[in-house]
Parts: sequence; structure tokens; C-alpha cells
Amino acid sequence: MNFPAELKYSKSHEWVKDNGDGTYTIGITDFAQDALGDLVFANLPEEGDAVTAEEAFGDVESVKAVSDVMSPVSGEVVAINEELLDAPESINEDPYGAWFIKVANVTETEELLDAAAYEAFCATEA
Amino acid sequence: MQLIFERSKKGRHLSLFPACDVPAFELDAPKRAEAPKLPEISENELDRHYTELAKHAQGMNDGFYPLGSCTMKHNPKVNEQAAALEGFTMAHPLQSEADSQGSLEVLKKATDILCEITGMDNMTLQPAAGAHGEFTGLLLIKAYHKARGDEKRTKIIVPDSAHGTNPASATMSGYDVISVESGADGCVDLEKLRAVVGEDTAGLMLTNPNTVGIFDKNILEITNIIHEAGGLCYYDGANLNAVMGHVRPGDMGFDVIHINLHKTFSTPHGGGGPGSGPCGCKDFLAPYLPGVTVVENDGVYSYSKSEESIGDMKAFYGNFLVVVRALTYLLTVGKAGIPEASQNAVLNANYMKKKLEDIYPMAYDVTCMHEFVMSLEGMKHDIDVSALDVAKALLDRGIHPPTMYFPLIVHEALMVEPTETECKETLDHAIEAFRSIYEDAKNNPAKMHMMPMETPVKRLDEVRAARTPVVKYEFEN
Repeated sequence: MNFPAELKYSKSHEWVKDNGDGTYTIGITDFAQDALGDLVFANLPEEGDAVTAEEAFGDVESVKAVSDVMSPVSGEVVAINEELLDAPESINEDPYGAWFIKVANVTETEELLDAAAYEAFCATEA
Repeated sequence: MQLIFERSKKGRHLSLFPACDVPAFELDAPKRAEAPKLPEISENELDRHYTELAKHAQGMNDGFYPLGSCTMKHNPKVNEQAAALEGFTMAHPLQSEADSQGSLEVLKKATDILCEITGMDNMTLQPAAGAHGEFTGLLLIKAYHKARGDEKRTKIIVPDSAHGTNPASATMSGYDVISVESGADGCVDLEKLRAVVGEDTAGLMLTNPNTVGIFDKNILEITNIIHEAGGLCYYDGANLNAVMGHVRPGDMGFDVIHINLHKTFSTPHGGGGPGSGPCGCKDFLAPYLPGVTVVENDGVYSYSKSEESIGDMKAFYGNFLVVVRALTYLLTVGKAGIPEASQNAVLNANYMKKKLEDIYPMAYDVTCMHEFVMSLEGMKHDIDVSALDVAKALLDRGIHPPTMYFPLIVHEALMVEPTETECKETLDHAIEAFRSIYEDAKNNPAKMHMMPMETPVKRLDEVRAARTPVVKYEFEN
């Protein structure tokens, strides 16, 4: 299982990348895609939508179930990865490449874990 | 097998209609550019098509069907006889009350009996299925708060073990959904519930017994917490088969409920529908009920409609012939039969659970109600055999798979609901099937990924079916 060191992680299994320009990129982790199984559908917000930390901004559907994807930050969606809508399997193939949304004007961030702490957290979840 | 369009040959037909014996008349209306491309097929070819379809499916009449949370009980044929009576099938919804006394009596009797079973004061039979009943119930709650001028109540509380339809219905009704985590025992965590209730609580949606097959022993305290906060309590009747005739949602503190006639009261479902999801309520909510209710005065039945009604949820009286079937069931089993049915449903579930728990770990180690949930997490971890693999293997033994991967709070879940209408021999056969699958899985885990192997269609690619579904026929030209 892959835990890139440059990312931060939420306990609800999303990753956050600080792009250094005031925007943050958000996706779901390798652990999350593995637990969910083959994804068949991704539902994303629209550009301009507000997202709230620790609340759902979208969902993913596997053969098993639909699961919420939570936002680790509060802010405004400035970009969505439309490729996921046509190719949800890319989330399984490359979870850290298949980003969901980019958020700017961030006002609040939930307490995030670094890669080592998140890896340890996943070990307790498995 | 061939699709019906592939069987079609130009010029073949069924002799359903006699030759036209009146002059043709050209309508002064826009015409289709071309005729619809309907399959052209003879009657015997059509019979064979449907028989072949049936052979490719695993239905109630093919074998044991323990689909958890769905109550796939036997649908007695006498229900069908009653629903086929000409007085019902030829009735028109716009006929006068005087001409519809028999049909009105059915609606009234069904309402009265179902109210008695659920502890409600009144009921609408309009909703077409369970989730439709939920939506109706939430609109009643909304109308109640609105009538009191209390419009700050914007939140519906739903436990995380709930049926997926609960949060969906709440969202449809314009509410925000607050999910409450269940405790380690699978029941509502009272502390967590207390933490989320407040002046913005419109209501709570709950199933009892819950989706893990456990009766929540704190139910009176739960409904009390909601009422003290000024909210109302909604009972999802999906699991009523476990408790009917023994305990009533109305006595547990619920204000509004829905029940599934197609589950609990033996009317066809699972492709055979349509469904029926009556929504019952206490007196103070009755003015908001949709459609009409039927009242009786000196043996004469008439419709009654409230000024404050939320409107119609469906045309006329709901799926009327489903109500006829359910009433037939109720009158056939009678007052003594209702609690006996739920006793046997609970007994059958516990019998199977006891006979399987030494090899299939149960999600909750307690006496269950009408269904039980196994977690195959260990098997998945140890030998990479999943709940899906075991479910598929059951098909090779003539058994419909249980519900899989639900409830979401149990990993690798298989949820088994035998119902009361199965005999001990059927349960023993199913137990033997589960046990032999366990042995097969241990001996040859890789083979489990290929099952079923004896069915007309083998292991289907569910991921591809979901990602790129082909849902319409493409004609060649």
C-alpha cells in the first residue's frame, strides 16, 4: 500500500495536496480505493460550489455500495477532475493521480495526518 | 439466449385483435415519421422466450430465497384469486362511491387492520413502495412543523445502520441528514444521539429491529430523546415481519411509519411487483395525509379528504390490487396467525444462525430477530474468498444469494432472512450448502472466484456491467 510522504491525510481516507498557491487538491487514498473495491461511478460537485470540512462533497459507487467522499477543508471548488466521470476505474488504478477537486479560499482545515501517522492509522483500521 | 428482437421476423404476429370492422379514420394530429420497431413474433415463440428467460433467473419458485431485509416469503395463491375477481379488476377509480362499496370496504378494512398491527390511528394506502412511503411520512413531519410555524427544524437524524433509502428520502424532502454512529452492539448510541438532537431536529428515522437483526432495547428512551427535543419519530417498517403481533411501532413512541405490503403481507415483489408502502400516523398528523381515506357510517363507505392534506402522492388509491392481496393474506392468517408468522420468522433465523456460527462469524453475537448478519472479513483476509464469492457459490446449490455488503457497518456482510414460510428441510439444505461452501473455499480458494459454474450464465462481470451498461437494443440499419 502506498502512502506518499508529500501528502496529508484525513481519517476518512482522503488525501490533500498543498499546491503552494493557496489551492489544495483532494482525492481518496490507496487504502480507500482498496477497501471500496472496483469503482463504477464518481459523483463530483461543480466549480464554484462551497465545500465544508468533514462534510461530504461527492460520492463514489462500487459494485458493493455508494460511499460519501468527505472534504478535509472548507473552501470553494475551483476545479473538478471531469475525467473521473467517464473513467472511475482510474481511481483504482492511480488513486494519487486521480484527483477529485481543487479547492481555494480555504477557511478551515480539519486536523490532518502525515504519511507515517496515516499509515499507522490504516493498520488499526484493517 | 436470443433477445426478443433477435427472434423477431418481419410479418409474424399474434392474433390478439379481430379484424377492424369499422371504417378507418385519419386523426388530425402529428404522425410518427416511422412505425415503432416492435418485435414481430408468434405466440408460441413468445411463450418460449419468456420460459427461457425464467430458466435464466433464480426466483422464489426455483428455491430458497434468503435475501436479507427483503422478506421474500411465499405469496399464497389465494391472494391472486382474490385480486383476479372481476369486481376488483373491472372497477374504475372514477366510479361513484355507491358503485364502489366493495372496493371501499377493502381499503377501509385494510387500513383498520394495518393500523391495529402498527399502533397507528390512520393511514394512506397511496404510496407505491417503501421509499415512497418514507417520502410521504417525511412530508407529513414537514407539514406538521410548518403548521406550527416551527421552520427552523431542518435536520433528520438517521443511524448509520439505516437502509440507504432513509437518508435519500430525507434529502428528497429537503432535509439535511445527520448520521449517528451505532454502538458496538449494533444499536443506537444514546450519548451520540443526545449530542446531535436540538432545536433544529425535525425528526428521527429508525428501523426496529434494526438492519443487523437486533431489537433496540433502548427504543423508548430513543423516541423520548427525540420528542423532548421537539422532533418526531419515523418508523421504517422494513423489518416489521420480525415483530408484528407482538409489539407495535405506535407503542414504541413512533408518530409516523411506513410498512411494505409487498414484504410483510405477502404480495409479489422482486420483479413481480408492483409494491405498496402505506404510510400510517398518529391522529395529530392525520389531517396532512395525502389522497383520500375511507370512512364508514352505518355500513356505508365514503371517501374523506382533509383540507390540510399534503396533496396526492400517486393517482387515486395507490396500487389497489396489491392492497386486495395483502388484505386476503391478513384475513387468511387471522389475528392469531400474524404473531405466529413473526415467531416462526425469528425461530427460522436463529436456527440457521446457530447452525452456522461455528464457521461463519456473526457480526453480533446475540439472539437475532428475523435475520442475521455474518461477516466474512476473516475469510477474505485469510484466503481471499469474499462475501461475493460465497453468495455466487450458493447459486450452484440452487439457492438465491443473501443480501451482500449490507448493512455498510459490517465488512464483507452476508445478511440472511429465511422468513417463516420455509420448512426445516429447506433450512437444513441451506445450512449444508453454506457448510460445504466453507469446505470448498478452504480446499480451493481460487476456484471460488469462478463460481457459479452450473448456472445457465456463469460468473458475470459486474464491474463492466455497471461501468458500461448496455440497456437498449441497437438495430442494424
